[in-house]
Amino acid sequence: MRGGRLAALASGLGPLLLLALLLAAPGAARAQGTPEAPVTPAVPVTSGAPPAVTADTGFAAILGKFSTDRYADTAAALAELATSPSPQAAAVVDALADGRLLYDGASKAVFIRTPAGAIRDAATGAPVASPPVDLSPVRANNRVRRAIEAAMGALSLLDADADRRREAAAAVFKSRDPAVLPTLDAALAREGVPQVKAALAEARAAILLNSPAAPEAERLSAVKLLVDRGDQEALGLLRTVPADAPAAVKSAAQVGIVSIERDLKFWAVAQNVWYGLSLGSVLLLAAIGLAITFGVMGVINMAHGEMVMLGAYTTFVVQDVIRSSAPHLFDWSLAIALPAAFLFTGLVGVVLERTVIRFLYGRPLETLLATWGVSLMLQQAVRSIFGPTNQEVGAPSWMSGAFQVGQMSITYNRLWIIVFSLLVFVALLLVLKRTSLGLYVRAVTQNRRMAAAMGIRTGRIDALTFGLGSGIAGIAGVALSQIDNVSPNLGQGYIIDSFMVVVFGGVGNLWGTLVGAFTLGVANKLLEPFAGAVLGKIALLVFIILFIQKRPRGLFALKGRAVES
Amino acid sequence: MSEISSDAVKSPGAISLEVDDAVFAVDHPVRDPQALTSALLYLDAITVSFDGFRALNALSLVIGDREMRAIIGPNGAGKTTMMDVITGKTRPNTGTALFAGINDLTTLDEAAIAQLGIGRKFQTPTVFDMHTVEDNILLAVKADRRAFANIRWHRTAHESARVDELLERVRLKDHRFRRAGDLSHGQKQWLEIGMLLAQEPRLLLVDEPAAGMTDQETADTAVLLKEIAKTRSVVVVEHDMQFVRDLDVKVTVLHEGSVLAEGPLDQVSADPRVIEVYLGR
Amino acid sequence: MNRTRIIDRTGGIFLVIVLAAAVLVPASNLLLSPTNPLHVPDYMIPLLGKYLSYALLAVAVDLVWGYCGVLSLGHGAFFALGGYAMGMYLMRQIGPRGVYGNPVLPDFMVFLNYKELPWFWLGFDWFPFAALMVLLVPGLLAFVFGWFAFRSRVTGVYLSIITQAMTFALMLAFFRNDMGFGGNNGLTDFKDILGFSIQAPQTRLVLFVASALALALGYLICRALVTSKYGKVLVAVRDAESRTRFLGYRVENYKLLAWTLSAMLAGVAGALYVPQVGIINPSEFAPAQSIEMVIWVAVGGRGTLVGAALGALIVNAGKTWFTGVLPDAWLFALGALFVVVTLFLPKGVLGLGAQISGRLRRRPPVPVESTP
Repeated sequence: MRGGRLAALASGLGPLLLLALLLAAPGAARAQGTPEAPVTPAVPVTSGAPPAVTADTGFAAILGKFSTDRYADTAAALAELATSPSPQAAAVVDALADGRLLYDGASKAVFIRTPAGAIRDAATGAPVASPPVDLSPVRANNRVRRAIEAAMGALSLLDADADRRREAAAAVFKSRDPAVLPTLDAALAREGVPQVKAALAEARAAILLNSPAAPEAERLSAVKLLVDRGDQEALGLLRTVPADAPAAVKSAAQVGIVSIERDLKFWAVAQNVWYGLSLGSVLLLAAIGLAITFGVMGVINMAHGEMVMLGAYTTFVVQDVIRSSAPHLFDWSLAIALPAAFLFTGLVGVVLERTVIRFLYGRPLETLLATWGVSLMLQQAVRSIFGPTNQEVGAPSWMSGAFQVGQMSITYNRLWIIVFSLLVFVALLLVLKRTSLGLYVRAVTQNRRMAAAMGIRTGRIDALTFGLGSGIAGIAGVALSQIDNVSPNLGQGYIIDSFMVVVFGGVGNLWGTLVGAFTLGVANKLLEPFAGAVLGKIALLVFIILFIQKRPRGLFALKGRAVES
Repeated sequence: MSEISSDAVKSPGAISLEVDDAVFAVDHPVRDPQALTSALLYLDAITVSFDGFRALNALSLVIGDREMRAIIGPNGAGKTTMMDVITGKTRPNTGTALFAGINDLTTLDEAAIAQLGIGRKFQTPTVFDMHTVEDNILLAVKADRRAFANIRWHRTAHESARVDELLERVRLKDHRFRRAGDLSHGQKQWLEIGMLLAQEPRLLLVDEPAAGMTDQETADTAVLLKEIAKTRSVVVVEHDMQFVRDLDVKVTVLHEGSVLAEGPLDQVSADPRVIEVYLGR
Repeated sequence: MNRTRIIDRTGGIFLVIVLAAAVLVPASNLLLSPTNPLHVPDYMIPLLGKYLSYALLAVAVDLVWGYCGVLSLGHGAFFALGGYAMGMYLMRQIGPRGVYGNPVLPDFMVFLNYKELPWFWLGFDWFPFAALMVLLVPGLLAFVFGWFAFRSRVTGVYLSIITQAMTFALMLAFFRNDMGFGGNNGLTDFKDILGFSIQAPQTRLVLFVASALALALGYLICRALVTSKYGKVLVAVRDAESRTRFLGYRVENYKLLAWTLSAMLAGVAGALYVPQVGIINPSEFAPAQSIEMVIWVAVGGRGTLVGAALGALIVNAGKTWFTGVLPDAWLFALGALFVVVTLFLPKGVLGLGAQISGRLRRRPPVPVESTP
């Protein structure tokens, strides 16, 4: 019988661990990262070596203005540089900003001193073997400094790095400086990356929209472009269309404002639903272990939250060990923490069941009190070992970052936690429905004496079931360590919510727990914009209190005879 | 509140337990002029479904005044559900349930129905384990059931007499000060019957009274029930055929939530349909 | 069953001790010299008074848990509401002596830019009104809550969980600044009660005596209730609810009466607690507080009333001692207490003697509870 029982355990827990490992594998995750095409600007732009060999005469004329030692000339030269197609322009502006732009009073020649100290010709970038002796730096006052900034902004539109070009475009979109328009046009003409091109076009539209000089057709297409962008900033811009704009532009802007507002409302709801799903997944993770111990076994485990907390601390310890002994494994830390947390909290659960809970079967209220006592002791134990403060749990690279869907932003850690919670749910369902452990568990919970008569060791099944519920709380803790503070009080925050979910969904029904978690999560987040976070939560608690009056056995209640016993 | 029950409150103890013909003569309940039927219990086309499963399917049953009826049927035939409907624990989806011709049982709760005069004995004996045998009976004796009235309660001579009489009747006089939880299974069954009698019901619903009893206790219980049926109606649900035979009353066979057959036990047991679903197994 | 004597031996001893304390503690404090080992120092008086108010609270919890089978994990809410009603009275008595010197508005309202007193603060400057609210507010909440819960037949663990949800929701609400109850700072800096300085040793003695009398009276009320036939029905409901129903008792009314009365007693306990401790804040609503109250009852002995009061005194004295000597060990001790009492002392300290003698006579252990 012993071998059979071990096999039951193995077949029960195997799929769970496997799924957990698969999920946590960083390689699988990374494949989903932001697609970032290699940057291939249409025209190679350089900011240092290798130097361009020839300098056109126009550029030389601009440079000449730096040698007059007059602020007005310097500023004018900067403005011209901003629109200059010369590859040296950026280097010149950089040098000026750092006080490394030099001129020779006698020959009116302009040079750049590299940060290393070498002198190069400003026009060509070629090293100068024997520079003139008395070089003076080109001076700057506030006006010049402003001009430098503007020129740098404009020039970074032409930068080699696509991310910097996009940032620059976004900056222009905000500043709407008409002076940048020529550079913008130049940048648009040679831009190869579609996303950057779109950003540049939007920046251009932002400028043109309110520029009286622009032709009406251009302004109309600017409106259209902004409406397509459709976010809060575009909305703000469209609202600034002046009263003296052509009627067609004004009415197009008006129509655009209405449509953007409608879209934004939709996206705001979508974003809240997303937050709700995220909260629901957290609730599901916290409650699903409870659904086993409370729902299937009828044990009120008030220490359930502490099992979650222990799981989070296991993650912390695993990461600590990895940091000090094998830093290259850090991206695998969660994958390692999952089985570790499952085994550790599962073990704690088995010990708890064998030493306390088994004496209290059939006395749920006493179980509630005893496990509350255990929860106090576990909290204090963790506080004594790790201290009362929050512990730092890091996120592997594949868990950080976010991406946009329409007007809402989705963070990777939330997304993975939703996926993870569903996988845990499915795994648990499979364990209970398809494995021999699950069969024994159901047999024991439905008719203990008959199960014992059939040769099932009910005591051992009780311990394993409780261990399973606790272990799942532990792996929930691994996930929650990514989005919550890891402190001794972590579990306290989840225990009431978890009970609400299980009771609302219907005790003894895993599907009820799933539906309950996501319903409460989404309802909570949808209430928040109207009622605020606290009142929303209160409203939900009151709703559950009233709901239990109406359906004392929850959403998916068992009916009929089974309930009476 | 019906006239009958308010009458009964005014004259507690009117229905005596003593097998005394004079008492019966006095206490023949007068039929209410507004009564829709002469039957004490009238169930018509009662249907109860749980999640699509029909526990009772157009069940109709009529119990006369001071009639004893045995109800048999395989597991899941709807016997317990029928009792739940009569006592107000379960609301039927459709159908009529009348008590004494005027009281619509489908609109009343358990407490109101109990106060009307319907007593129920559970399948497993349910008594108040922590109370003494005497207190168990006393809590059941017909009296004011309101909370505030019971704060100012003092035992009346009538209540003392009733308790003595009932303890004698269910043979627990010697166990009067024992905790009910310490009684044997059979004694608990009898204590529960005693509590039922203390309520002075006009209709008793008795669920498997012989379960877990010795042969002698079973025979005694049959005698007791027959005696009770002289003064009130009794519906007995039972699996034990010997016990049903001992009762020697009209039998109703339930099957899949409706009445399959009705009549004397011998006639019913000869019915081929009954044999097929129940007796023939 | 004749009506059981209201004052039995245990209860008699208990009442004598409580009333003796009400006389002897002030006498010792006032008459004995501070060097006398029997002298009760000034700082002990409000501490003892606090214990007594906890004891009253425990009696209230025991009434519903011990006799009615309703394990309330939300009695802290009734206690805190009574405390807030008293706190509001005390706040109004500060008058212009607050930091901002506003004669009507308490400091926190001035700070939060209130222009006038919210409507629910009106009347609290008058003690009889505040005293009435101490009873009515918790009583009304309990009545409404119980009306729904008992009528819908929510029982056992489900009932416990929704009582916990109730106090949790109230805690969240009282933490909000715009509720008008001082947010997370709560109500504090009290000056006077009925014209007497709340810091004065004499006032504290009077409050101590009042707590002792309230405990004695609360005990007597509960005891009268549970020894009546009403009390027998309550126990019947606890042990076999549906049997009681089929005997014709309206179970929900029986529960509702005990529940509401218990909440009012808890409110009184809260009202006595606040002037002696000097503060009331939303943490009193925390679910953990309410669960701790249950363990007081379990330690002393559930369903005995005296045991509940005894348990409250033992646990809280232990808490004071532990947090002074070994602060880190307190939660371990409290946690262990929960486990040990539920596992080994089903009848609490008061039942210990009976349990030992029962074991000597080799009688089978008595199930404490048969709630499914």
